[in-house]
Amino acid sequence: MANIHYRPFEGCTTGFYGVLAVLAGVLLAALGAAWYMEHNGHWVTGMTNQVIWGTPHVFAVFLIVAASGALNVASISSVFGRALYKPLSRLSGLLAVALLAGGLMVLVLDLGRPDRLIVAMTYYNFKSIFAWNIFLYVGFFAVVIVYLWMMMERKMNVYSKPVGLFAFTWRLILTTGTGSIFGFLVARDAYNSAVLAPMFIVFSFAYGLAIYLLVLMAAMKGSGRDLGDVVFTRLRRLLGVFIAGSFYFVLVYHLTNLYIAQRHGIEEFILLNGGIYTQMFWIGQMLVGGLIPMVICFHNGLGRSRALVTLACLLVVIGGLAQMYVTIIGGQAFPMQLLPDKTLVSSGFFDGVVASYRPSLPEILLGVGGVAIALLLTAVAVRALPFLPESLADAVADPHHKAA
Amino acid sequence: MKRFTVGVFAGLFALSAAYAAEPAKTTRMPAPSIQINKDRGEQCVEPTEEMRRNHMNYILHQRDETMHRGIRTTKHSLKNCINCHANPKTGSVLGKDGFCASCHHYAAVKIDCFECHTDRAEKKAAIPAGRPRQALAPVIRTALGQPRQRHQP
Amino acid sequence: MTINRRGFLGISGAAIAVSAVAPGLRLIELAEGRAPDQAVTPKQRWGLLIDAAKCADGCTACIDACHEENGVTGNNRPATDPQWIRKVTVEDNTTGFRQSFPVMCQHCEHPPCVDVCPTGASFKRADGIVLVDKHTCIGCRYCMMACPYKARSFIHEVTTGQKTHAPRGKGTVESCTLCVHKVDRGDNTTACAVACKKEGHEAILFGDLNDPGSEIRKRLKQKPSTQLRPDLKLNTGVRYQGV
Repeated sequence: MANIHYRPFEGCTTGFYGVLAVLAGVLLAALGAAWYMEHNGHWVTGMTNQVIWGTPHVFAVFLIVAASGALNVASISSVFGRALYKPLSRLSGLLAVALLAGGLMVLVLDLGRPDRLIVAMTYYNFKSIFAWNIFLYVGFFAVVIVYLWMMMERKMNVYSKPVGLFAFTWRLILTTGTGSIFGFLVARDAYNSAVLAPMFIVFSFAYGLAIYLLVLMAAMKGSGRDLGDVVFTRLRRLLGVFIAGSFYFVLVYHLTNLYIAQRHGIEEFILLNGGIYTQMFWIGQMLVGGLIPMVICFHNGLGRSRALVTLACLLVVIGGLAQMYVTIIGGQAFPMQLLPDKTLVSSGFFDGVVASYRPSLPEILLGVGGVAIALLLTAVAVRALPFLPESLADAVADPHHKAA
Repeated sequence: MKRFTVGVFAGLFALSAAYAAEPAKTTRMPAPSIQINKDRGEQCVEPTEEMRRNHMNYILHQRDETMHRGIRTTKHSLKNCINCHANPKTGSVLGKDGFCASCHHYAAVKIDCFECHTDRAEKKAAIPAGRPRQALAPVIRTALGQPRQRHQP
Repeated sequence: MTINRRGFLGISGAAIAVSAVAPGLRLIELAEGRAPDQAVTPKQRWGLLIDAAKCADGCTACIDACHEENGVTGNNRPATDPQWIRKVTVEDNTTGFRQSFPVMCQHCEHPPCVDVCPTGASFKRADGIVLVDKHTCIGCRYCMMACPYKARSFIHEVTTGQKTHAPRGKGTVESCTLCVHKVDRGDNTTACAVACKKEGHEAILFGDLNDPGSEIRKRLKQKPSTQLRPDLKLNTGVRYQGV
């Protein structure tokens, strides 16, 4: 393979600074929203004692899951030895760190007492999956930063394979931890399932790659660099495979639940009569986030269009947010029962009824702020350091490529 | 590249300068005037110097003992602090002349005790109950082999 | 019977002595239970027995008493106002038979809220009472996700006017403490149980599940009882009869 040259983003264009300014503006709005929620207390949000985790968690969990998925491109190169992915690796590591930072910012700013972050760092209950996750997240930063160093420092290149393998293992455990936040909850019918952990891993492949491909296309185009069809086609087909994998896990999850009589209630709620949650599932998660982008990615005619593939990636992101909404909020909205063979019909505390939830503006701003800081970090980093290859034209990326 | 880095640092510098430009207060912060409920006695549960330096450690230790082990001795409890030190006029340890607030404001040390705990003395405790009872209780406690402590009516 | 001067002096002297020593004797009595400086032990397992058959429709005495005792106040926003105890009505799926009873923190032996709490703020005391240490609660609400009973509330707003024995503040999670301040004082009852008894229903009984001689154990031995969500095998400290 020809030597790959990496260069920082050189365009000090107004466009670039415009993007930075917009992202910074969104971030400021998010911080303002967080301050507003903390100052007044959470009653100003849509969250209640019934729907305990709201829109911030939808964004936070999505970003954390996507972060581990974004590292996949680098893993394919280092761990599985695919030379084609090597020039793509640095951006992959960068996005992983940036997306995780965005997710964690949202998660922390939604805490009832974000000022007590130090408590979360000094008091641990090792039976809690949340406590494991604190280590997994902080460790992920460290591991990926070391991994980036191995990739970017020529003297250290030889270590990028073992470190890459370590980072790959770490990210699998991390997403297992994220899925298990819900998987280990015995109380609610929508959760309490071991399949949630591997399902989140496969979701992460799709979400992470979709965001990766979006950022790659935007960055290469924005800096006037070539992104050849070889790399492009490989990535879009891979995205298609990951979406198909997500379908498989969603199918297994729902079939398992449908087989358990105790779970018929929640399945009927999500699949048939759950109103917004049913719509989010079928239209958001399945059609918009799954079927349409999968067709675009696999179809050789449609898939050739960069615009359509960009759309497909955006749809995967939207579908991913819809999936998180169904899982996190739909799972809480469905009522819990207290006694077998008895239905809770009323109480002074919304028992036995579907909890209502309406996302409030501050929550949405905070969630979008997480996306903004992830993109802002990425933009600043590619501007300052050589993360992006000078060219991904077919002749550079693939030595066996013959010009047609 | 260089231009970009310089730009970032210039931005940060401008920001910090904006903060520094806030008008400096010329007058010194007045020392807090501490009002103590004299009816409750002249002496704190530990020597005054010790309390000034280490009250937080006593309270922190007692906090965990009470919360997790159900130990309800009052000598070092926050409740006991407040009952004695509440301002006789306002009944509170907060406010301008509050025992806790005035000093913590002076020392610029933020506390969040009173986001959950009440800042007011217990009503009963504000007026000390019968003296003889208070005088007797520690004697009996000593006889019982319990640590000497202030009686909690 | 006549009392001479000497006898009178003797009796009054004794009376004075008794009144002076009485507080001390009371202390001795408490010391036999648990002195203030003694830690709780697993010898006790505090719990409640709720007899749904005795729980009166429309009566909210237990709720009012609990919220009064612990200073739990709301702002007329039902979705975000806290609750430590609530009345629920259940209907039998086959027969349609309806009944109501109060639900509060069930003080599980294996509490899911304690398992999931990242900082250990949610914890179980040696005597079985499940509490939130608000000093280390960061307000993540994971315990509320994990609780099968919806027993916990997140404090959504600034609170003032707390009771001395029940600190509570914005941004942390709270729930029924089994009137831990009363338990530690040796009252041997809870505000809800007292209120229910005062109304003449006696549907709530507080006691030591570990003591075979206690009223609660005797009543549990006489009649069948159940736990809420028995499928989860959490071994709750709150038991129900007549459901």
